[in-house]
Amino acid sequence: MGFLHFLSDPITFLANWLQGLLLGVGIPAGIVQFILFVIGAGALATAAMMFVIFLIWLERKAIARLQDRLGPNRVGPWGIFQTIPDMIKIFTKEFITPTGADIIPYNLAPILAVAGVLMVWSVIPLAISVVGMNLNVGVLYIIAVGSLGELGIIMAGFGSNNKFALLGGFRAVALLVSYEVPMVISLLVPVMLAGSMGMTDIAQAQNVWYIWLTPAAALIFLITSIAENGRAPFDLTEADSEIVAGFNIEYSGLKFGMFYVADFLHSFTIAMVFSVLFLGGWRGPGAEQIPILGFIYLMIKAGLIEFLIIWIRGSLPRFRIDQMMDVNWKVLTPLSLSIVVVTAVLDKLIPVEQTVFRIFAFLVVNLAVLLITGWLIEVFKTRRPRPVVSKTQRPVARPENVAANSNSGD
Amino acid sequence: MLSDWLYIAIFMGVSAFLPAVAIGMAGLLSPHKPDPIKNSTYECGIETVGDSRVQFKVQYYVFGLVFLVFDVETVFLYPWAVAYNKLALWGVAEAVLFVIILLGGLIYAWRKGALEWV
Repeated sequence: MGFLHFLSDPITFLANWLQGLLLGVGIPAGIVQFILFVIGAGALATAAMMFVIFLIWLERKAIARLQDRLGPNRVGPWGIFQTIPDMIKIFTKEFITPTGADIIPYNLAPILAVAGVLMVWSVIPLAISVVGMNLNVGVLYIIAVGSLGELGIIMAGFGSNNKFALLGGFRAVALLVSYEVPMVISLLVPVMLAGSMGMTDIAQAQNVWYIWLTPAAALIFLITSIAENGRAPFDLTEADSEIVAGFNIEYSGLKFGMFYVADFLHSFTIAMVFSVLFLGGWRGPGAEQIPILGFIYLMIKAGLIEFLIIWIRGSLPRFRIDQMMDVNWKVLTPLSLSIVVVTAVLDKLIPVEQTVFRIFAFLVVNLAVLLITGWLIEVFKTRRPRPVVSKTQRPVARPENVAANSNSGD
Repeated sequence: MLSDWLYIAIFMGVSAFLPAVAIGMAGLLSPHKPDPIKNSTYECGIETVGDSRVQFKVQYYVFGLVFLVFDVETVFLYPWAVAYNKLALWGVAEAVLFVIILLGGLIYAWRKGALEWV
């Protein structure tokens, strides 16, 4: 019976046992909590970094199958050990630092890129009783910390003494900063429906998964998170800038590898955050009594969303930078603001009790908003382009032009 | 409450420490043979021309400004969203008015050409 108790909730069991052990030895309670925090944080961060090894293999296999080829299949059954020789190779490559590089931003950039993604893992609820820390501002913390990666990119671009890196870094940061706006606005919707910003509260308030109530907000969050990650089809940060590799031209060895660790880990982190906010997180049959089942449900949901993200990467060509900016500012931002307004009004009009009618009404209204947006885009595509005010010629202010006729200039 | 943020501080330290340790280990394991040609800046295989910190378009700055406006708007909307369940329909109407005023700002920026990638 003790073994079953351990199996159903191993993390809490181990934490309680360790706490009892340390308190029994005589260490004061504050220091015991500090030690448990350090062990917990270290274990979670290390587990996340080790998980990247599996994620890289998964992505390579899935992309290969989407491109009608096999992917790694020599090293171990189905190639599962492929990442380990790759890691050994990348650990032993030389760090070629360009002359004139600014040392501190150049070296700090890969660390910041990885740290920005790792820090998100501290607030994701892995099961009903297992969470790094249940912050009551979890959603805001995720947005704030997720932006540290952008800082890493601009430091990489500026610190390498290279024009292409600088320009690539600027374009990347303009993209990432622009796509934050609809992401942050669309995250207002689950916060509104749950009444709290804490991730565990949002997971616990989802008797009905929020993806049924606000599919539009979920769609906007998924699209903008893929853009934030810098993956295809938004991957101008990696392969654009005229074939030269963007902000990470001057990096080699593990510093370059760290940018890619951050990339792959970010996609899985997006999948987990999406699952917690919109798919009910660890909720499922039997997850309240047996916490480890909740963890398994979360991993299955996050795996499905990760597969969707990889599928999108393998199927779509890259966008141009001006297309990306247009889509963001002219479609996604007004759409997300209108979703917030529509959900706010609708939620007050329909009482919480009539569950089926409520889900149906929300779904219909969301679908209507998406269809109206699609129709408006079609209408605007066929309109004549408006005259741009700043490009018309105005007469230069010189004495001889005063006598000449000048039109209104507009 | 304080112990919540202590965990976050420890996690920040750990998540900055892990990649630093990995890069340090790789620095020990990798060869170190600097050479002036190898360390020169890359510019599509030719010698570099001019300064490397070039001028950039002002459009990047304009996008940053528009982002700032909408970010501050969202920061104001978050407390409203947290208190949403306790508000009457009148509270919702106030927030809708706020969002509509800011949508007006977006339309102004759109018409003035601030959102074009020239």
